[in-house]
Amino acid sequence: MSVYDELLKYRDLDFAAVFEQVTDDDIQRVISKDRLTVFDYLTLLSPKAERQLEAMAQQAHRLTVQQFGHTILLYTPLYLANYCVNQCVYCGFHAHNAIERKKLTLDQVRAEAAAIAATGLKHILILTGESRHHSSVGYIKDCVRILKDYFTSISIEIYPLSTDEYSELAAAGVDGMTIYQETYHEANYAELHPAGPKRDYRYRLDAPERACQAAMRAVNIGALLGLSDWRQEAFLTGVHADYLQRNYLDVEISMSPPRMRPHVGGFPPRVIVSDKNLVQYVLAFRLFMPRGGITLSTRESAALRNNMLKLGITKMSAGSCTAVGGHSEEAAVGQFEISDERSVAEMAAMLYARNYQPVYKDWQLW
Amino acid sequence: MAKNLAGDILTVGGKALTSRLFLGTGKFANNRLIPEVVSASGSQVITVAVRRIDPEYKEENIVDYIPDTCIVMPNTSGARNAEEAVRIARLARAAGCGNWIKIEVISDNRYLLPDNIETIKATEILAAEGFVVLPYMSPDLMAAKRLAAAGAAAVMPLGAPIGTNRGLKTKEMVKILIEEVSLPVIVDAGIGRPSEAAEAMEMGAAAVLVNTAVATAYNPVAMAAAFGLAVAAGRKAYLAGPGAVQGYAAASSPLTGFLHE
Ligand code: SF4
Repeated sequence: MSVYDELLKYRDLDFAAVFEQVTDDDIQRVISKDRLTVFDYLTLLSPKAERQLEAMAQQAHRLTVQQFGHTILLYTPLYLANYCVNQCVYCGFHAHNAIERKKLTLDQVRAEAAAIAATGLKHILILTGESRHHSSVGYIKDCVRILKDYFTSISIEIYPLSTDEYSELAAAGVDGMTIYQETYHEANYAELHPAGPKRDYRYRLDAPERACQAAMRAVNIGALLGLSDWRQEAFLTGVHADYLQRNYLDVEISMSPPRMRPHVGGFPPRVIVSDKNLVQYVLAFRLFMPRGGITLSTRESAALRNNMLKLGITKMSAGSCTAVGGHSEEAAVGQFEISDERSVAEMAAMLYARNYQPVYKDWQLW
Repeated sequence: MAKNLAGDILTVGGKALTSRLFLGTGKFANNRLIPEVVSASGSQVITVAVRRIDPEYKEENIVDYIPDTCIVMPNTSGARNAEEAVRIARLARAAGCGNWIKIEVISDNRYLLPDNIETIKATEILAAEGFVVLPYMSPDLMAAKRLAAAGAAAVMPLGAPIGTNRGLKTKEMVKILIEEVSLPVIVDAGIGRPSEAAEAMEMGAAAVLVNTAVATAYNPVAMAAAFGLAVAAGRKAYLAGPGAVQGYAAASSPLTGFLHE
């Protein structure tokens, strides 16, 4: 049994027919329930639930404050390398894109780490493109060894690994893993990933579970919004998150709802996901998984991030740069354009002004 | 029989406490609120997650907001097993946080229920290392006895799952611990209102720990003061020895009066 079998249950689900049957009363009943089923979650993702967003928002806010308090964890991404053997049509690091390829030397990693640590952050997310040659597990381990001098929590967002490799990195000090399925729609997935190891839908799909088995402390999943119908993607992401939480009770499961951003490849989103859609997704997920983490990255605008603060978000990136070496040197081309360019200090000031506490450090075991 | 009201002191780990309200710090909108909240509540024991302690970053370091007069009780929040709890406890001591440690071992991220078995293991190791160990636990009598045997300084059963503000749902079990365990029983988690804290104290709990109820109140400082009063009132009532609860009004014509005639 893997999450693939769980998702198969919904492969032939007629979403339109389900949404058609949802009534306003159903939505109200679900909003006030203590524990939601996956079909309750789907009810909250229905077009009709757009009419009850305010009631959902009130409940989402209440649940989030109860579970997490008035706090937001801040972290920042650190791009180690942008070499990539894949050809994801929507990504700036796509193997055939003529961009300058770079990989940080260990000295450069130290310089980047020092620059980020000076802002007070203790949580870092390290990223690479998919290239086992340029960004091997050994290289990542070397980087982690340096980063441990500066940070108390190190997460990875890299190509999918085997369970043993995840265990190796966990033993080296990595406590979190993020991987996006991009799209749960298998046919769309095949089309959007024309070549390279990433074509293997199932190997990627099972990666979060392998990380759970390897005792990673925190696992973050998501779909890249803009590639397929967002309501279905949101639903299947929730099914996936719930599957992981049920089977790996001790892992902190989180979700991110990244929307597509402009990048050098210029692939337009296939589906437009409006601000309202994004809000509905986040609210529904919060009601479905009251303890689930929800990350909102700097892909979104400062104004939207400020407004979504009270709707269920628990983590935000700050001072982000999607280019390799961008924290300490002149930035190269990034993976995509960020939208909220505020520094860590500016984010903290915004949070305090809204009666929230920025949390710089929320984990330490080493 | 009424107990002595004067000089009511709770002794834990060799420290004498006059306040029986312990406070948590994890959910405040601003650390700057902490000194005010502590002073309004009169609390002398403040718990802080080791995961949040950052001695390198003065401005945001939560410990720096705790008044010197208080005992800092670091907790091992985030630990999923005994081994992690032990490592976190040692980190806390190395960071200069003293030798009190609240063990939290939680391997259930949905309800955040404590793992008593791993908690007992961690307690054994840390008590042997000289820590004053206060374990957060599910109210189970045998587990509490094992924790006592392992060297715990108190036991901290939950009233309801963390953060729920649902009150003393485990009342019957906590009562049994109070009666059967020789250690102080401190009700931790779930207490949502001052009346519930008072109830726990009336039952004979040695102390109560509160975080969410204060941190998420509209006015945390006023709520902290209310909890301080409620805990003191409940304790006083316990010491005063409440009268027996009568199911029926005392009959004016007793049924056995003829026996005296
Ligand atoms: S999304 Fe990742 S795997 Fe795909 S091209 Fe970009 S960097 Fe490579």
